[in-house]
Formats: sequence, C-alpha cells, structure tokens
Amino acid sequence: MIDNTTMDSAEIKGGQAVQSGFSGAAIAKWAGIWLGFILISLALPKIFDSRFAMSMFNQMGIAIVFALSFNMLLGQGGLLSFGHAVFYGMGGFGAIHVLCMVNDGELRIYTELLPLAGGIFAAILGFILGFISTRRAAIPFALITMGIGELLLASSLLLPSFFGGEEGIAGDRWTEITLLPFKYGKSIEVYYLILIWMFLSVAAMYLLTKTPLGQMANAVRDNHQRAQFIGYDPHKVRTFQFTLAAFFAGIAGGLFAINYEMVTAENLGMLPSTDILMMTVIGGITYFFGPILGAIFITFLQLVVSNVTHAWMLYFGIMFIIMIMWAPDGLAGLIMRHQPIWRAKRMTKILPSYLAALVPGLVMFAGVIVLVEIMFHISLSIDPESPLSIMGVSFRAQAFMPWAVGILLLGVGGYLFKLAARRVNQAWKTVLAEIKQEGV
Amino acid sequence: MSEFIIFSLLNTLIYGLLLFMLSSGLTLIFGLMNVLNFAHASFYMLGAYFAYQVSIHVGFIPALFLAPLGVGILGMIVERYGLRKVHAHGHVAELLFTFGLFFLFNELVILIWGRNPVDYQIPDFLDFPLFTLFGADFSAYKGFMLLISIAMFIGMYLVINRTRIGLVIQASLTHPEMVNVLGHNVPAVFMYVFGAGAALAGLAGVIGGNFLVTEPGMAMALGPIVFVVIVVGGMGSLTGAFISSLFLAGLQTFAVGMDYSLADFLGHFGIQASSEGFWGDIVRIEIANTRAMIPFLFMIFMLIFRPKGLMGVREE
Repeated sequence: MIDNTTMDSAEIKGGQAVQSGFSGAAIAKWAGIWLGFILISLALPKIFDSRFAMSMFNQMGIAIVFALSFNMLLGQGGLLSFGHAVFYGMGGFGAIHVLCMVNDGELRIYTELLPLAGGIFAAILGFILGFISTRRAAIPFALITMGIGELLLASSLLLPSFFGGEEGIAGDRWTEITLLPFKYGKSIEVYYLILIWMFLSVAAMYLLTKTPLGQMANAVRDNHQRAQFIGYDPHKVRTFQFTLAAFFAGIAGGLFAINYEMVTAENLGMLPSTDILMMTVIGGITYFFGPILGAIFITFLQLVVSNVTHAWMLYFGIMFIIMIMWAPDGLAGLIMRHQPIWRAKRMTKILPSYLAALVPGLVMFAGVIVLVEIMFHISLSIDPESPLSIMGVSFRAQAFMPWAVGILLLGVGGYLFKLAARRVNQAWKTVLAEIKQEGV
Repeated sequence: MSEFIIFSLLNTLIYGLLLFMLSSGLTLIFGLMNVLNFAHASFYMLGAYFAYQVSIHVGFIPALFLAPLGVGILGMIVERYGLRKVHAHGHVAELLFTFGLFFLFNELVILIWGRNPVDYQIPDFLDFPLFTLFGADFSAYKGFMLLISIAMFIGMYLVINRTRIGLVIQASLTHPEMVNVLGHNVPAVFMYVFGAGAALAGLAGVIGGNFLVTEPGMAMALGPIVFVVIVVGGMGSLTGAFISSLFLAGLQTFAVGMDYSLADFLGHFGIQASSEGFWGDIVRIEIANTRAMIPFLFMIFMLIFRPKGLMGVREE
C-alpha cells in the first residue's frame, strides 16, 4: 500500500536503535511486553474454556514455536526452506517413538521432557541435512530442502516400521511418569505444558538473535562475501543456524506428538511446510515477533473461517499474495511502520485516510466473498440447486442477480479503494515529511 | 524382454518430451530473469482445464490452439502486473510470489472445476490402436503426442536459432545489460518469454491432461519433477533440459518394471537378511517402489556435487 515510505521509516528506525540501546526505559518496556504476553497466556483458559478454544490455544502454542523456528532460517538467515516440516515431523516421530518405549516399559522418561527428545532427534538430523544443503543459499537451498521433503515423504510409505504407514504411530501420553504432579489427561494440563515449552523456546530463540551466531547469520544473509572476508565461514554459520532451527522445529513436533498422541508421515510433508511458510510470511519475517503474530492470526482464521466456509484455503492464498505484493514485511511490518508516527503523536493525521479506505475495502472484500461462495457452492456443494445463504441472505446460486451484485461490489469497491489508497499514500508522505523537518 | 525394452523406450520418449515441453519454458525463464517459477506446473494444469472446457464446447482441435493461447496470455499478465512489481522487493519475494501463485491457481481450479477429476477424454478420432507389437497395442494418441512434441521441438529450435527474437533471447541469456544498452526492450522480452513458456506448459497440459488425468493435484504431481529436470540439465540451458528430460523419463520408466530388492541382491551371496524391523523394511524395498524417490535423490546429489548441472553455465 505504502511502497515509497519504506526508505524513510528505515532511516528513522535506525536512528531509534542507536538512541534506545540498553537504557532503563527500554528494558522496562521489554519486560512489560514479555510479562503481558505471559499473563495473557496464563489467563486465557480461564476466560475461554470451551473444548474448541482449548484445542485452538494448544495449536497456537505449537504453531508459534514452529513459525519462529522457520523464521530463524528465512528471516534471520535469508534461507527459504520448502521442507522445514521435515524437522517438525521427525521431531514428532522421535518423541512418539520415545513415548511408545515408555508405554512399553522399556524406558523411563518424564512426559514433560518428550519435546526435548523430539528436538534432539531433529537437531541431529538437522545437522546432517543442514551440512548438505546450506553450502549455497537462495535457489539451490530452496530446491534441496524441497527435494529432501519429497524424498522423506516418498520413503515414509516404504519404511512402515518407523513411519507407521498410513495410520502413523500412536502413543499414550498418560504414562504416570511425570516431573510435575499432573497426569496430562486433560487438555488444560497439556495447554500449560505447551505454554512452558513455548516460553522457553521463544525466550531461547530471542536470545539467540543476540548471540554472535545470530548476528553472523544476519551478516551472512545480507552479504556472505563480506562475512567471509572478516573470517567467518558462511557454510558453517548456516549449518549451525539450520541445526538450531531444526531443534526448535523438533520441539514443536514433540509438542504436537503430546497434544495429539499420534504422528503420521503427513506431518513432514509439503503441506505443513508450505503452511508454516505462509504463516510466517504473513506475520512478517523482518521482526522477531512477526511469526508469533502470524501463527496466532492464521491458526485462529484456519479454525474459525474453515468452520464457516470451504473456501478458506483460497482466502489464505489471496491474503498471502496480497501481503507479498503490497506488504512484504507482513503484519509486523505494517505495525512497525507506524512507530515513528506514533512517537511523533501524528496518528490522528493518517487515521482519517484509513477510515476512508476501510469502507471501500470492506465493500470490495464483500464482493470477493459473494463471488467465491457462489462459485464454491456451484462446483463443490452436494446439491448445487439448494439455496445458498451468505450472512443471513438466502438465494439460488444459479440466479443472475447474486453474480451481478458480487461483480458490482467488487468493481465499485475496488475502484473507490484505489482512490482511497492514493489518499493514504498522500497522508503518509505529508506526515513523514513533517516529522523529518521537525527532526522529532 | 525386448518387448519391455521397446515399449519402455517409446514411453520414455513420450514422457520425456512432455517433461521437456514443461521444463524448456521454466529453464528459459530462469536463465533470462533469474526467477524460479514455482507456478510453472500450474500453467500445465490450467492448460489441461482450459482444453477440457473448450473441447466440450467446440472440440479438441480448437482446444489444441486456444488453450495454450489462453495460458500464454495469463502468463504475460502474471509477468507484467505481478512479477515485475514484486521484483523490487528482492529475490526471496519473487520466489514467494510464484509459490503463492501456485497455491492460488490450485485453489482457483478447485473453485471452478471442483475437487474431483474432470472428464477430459482423448478425442474419438485418435482413439484407436496405431500398431500392435508383441501383442501389445500402441495407441494412436501416443503417436499424436509424439508428433506434437517433435513439432514443438523443431519449432522452438527454429525460433531460438533462426529468428531475430530468438537471437535477442540468446543474447539476453548471457549478456542482459549489453542487450539493453543496444536498445532492445529487455522487459518486453521477459514478458514474451514468460508468456511463451506458460503457453508451452499449457500445451503440455492439453495433450497430457487427457492422457494422464485432469485433476487439481496434477500440478503438484509434476511440478517437483520439472524442477529436478532443470537442475540436472543445468539451469538456463535448453540442451541440458532436453537431455535430462529424456534421461529422467527413462530412469523412471525403466524403474517401474524392476522388482529387484536389496534382499534379492544379498540372496545371491547366500546372505539371508532378516525381514523384521527397520532393516527388514529397507532390504525389502524394490527398485520399482523407489520410482518417486530417484529423481529427488538425483537432484540433491547434483546440487551438492555439480550445482551448475549437466550443461549449465553458471554456478548459481
């Protein structure tokens, strides 16, 4: 939407980074954000305690760890992987095999530590595959990861003793061997277990971005030749970053194994790999908290919207393309762009233009929904002749009027939105120019 | 045995030329624009669906021309209004964009034509056995596919080597800045090549869709193999794509007929492998079962040991 402002906001952002450093106020702010995050997640099951909500929160927690681990590659290392779910799935298999051994009485391992088992298993695999695949970045890397994913998926049917064939491997998380006084029979107990692992992983991944390895990963992403000149081997840096990313993906997989008590070869296939890719990109890869936003937002939509319409995947795809084309920094980028304006207390200057864009935007969106739902009803419902109802209005999908209404909404909304977007751009330009002039 | 070999060779030729129809466009686009188009196999799928739609209204022969044309125009639109815009956001954004398109095209096809395979059939006038060899029929449609593929190959060879635009394309592959400086409109060349590549993929869909099956999963089924082809052949090299198309098609076609396993191999030396557990699974795998894995193993080894491929010119 606002392409030409990226440069300016980047400059201002750089200025701030120098200013804030490690001042007391900045630390207090960080502590506040983390504390708020923790308190909200602790309180969530008290507020929403339905079965649906609990299952959703559990999925969100797992998705957050998985998305952040994916962003260790894409956002921090500049490595676009099309097979990250390999480590998620293999972590899940590692954990579930350990759980099965515990069930059979061959091993005594605390249920709480199963994700760690998954993480370690995935990390070992990640080190080997990372060493192979990270010699080159960009396209060769993307293709190797895709190839490894396809290879493992294809081999899963040939090796039923490890992957369990089509049914997968199932375990029983109620083992009586626990560290904490819980049995993990109820999903709320699982929620708190996922929460603990999520916070440990999020904190660890955040701190990793501050270590020399995390910094070098950024350097290698931006310019691997320069990194080489100052004495770091890009291949080595990428291999370590890849191994750690695999480790956290494995933890997410282990949490999945505990939550569902079952892992199938589908968990390491192309589908979860692309899912996590789209989630992370929509959330935003340039900021640490972007993938967290993406995981929460997309998991929520996935569960809620897919209950309402069969076209969820299509909307997901449209959203992804829109983000790539107009907001490549994702949701987090959209939020952070407003930081300088927020600081200069100029939000009131751009909000009116947003409101003006919101109305035609919603009209356009309504048009898309009407058209998509009509087409889906005709091509996919059991009885296309039965009446279709959208937001309480019932009609025949084959009639002429609904099509006309959809096209009209889309056309008029789209045109007005384009005009409004121009106004938003204009408002942005003026505000940024003002801020620059005053040197705020 | 000779029956197996002759039929496998013919099938290799058909499958290989189909792969080449897809991979030639992809490898040219990569060579010119340095973009790996994940949505390329989607154009193949769209070609099949367009052809189905046209053929139920006006017949197969018009579909043979109209469907690739439609797909080609769509490809040009994608390049002009999508890729060119995303190009400013960098390399990863381009990859993500084409990947998003792949995803979106799949969902759009489901939206319009449904999740089940559509009834796109071989036209009646080509539905007879062309000749019989060792008691097995070789259908006329296979011959037709072969004919179209060879015609396409010759046509493409002539365009690349004998026409002005072909020369500009060749020059743009190696010296894009120089071509631009000489006053040729390189962005327009990109757009036409992208459109032509999409149209070729669409043509592959038209003749492959009714031979195989026309369903929403067809892009996903063939897409990764096409990547393997251009990696093995060398990204950007047409000759390489041609050789590796035939080579990989042969590898896969011949693997189907082999039911040899590691256990059989060990059996020659009198070693009785245990048939239980993980190792039991491994020794019992037959070559035919690894058909889906061979290309990817090949690609991974190629990328590790010879990243520029068989005929490639550059490292990355």
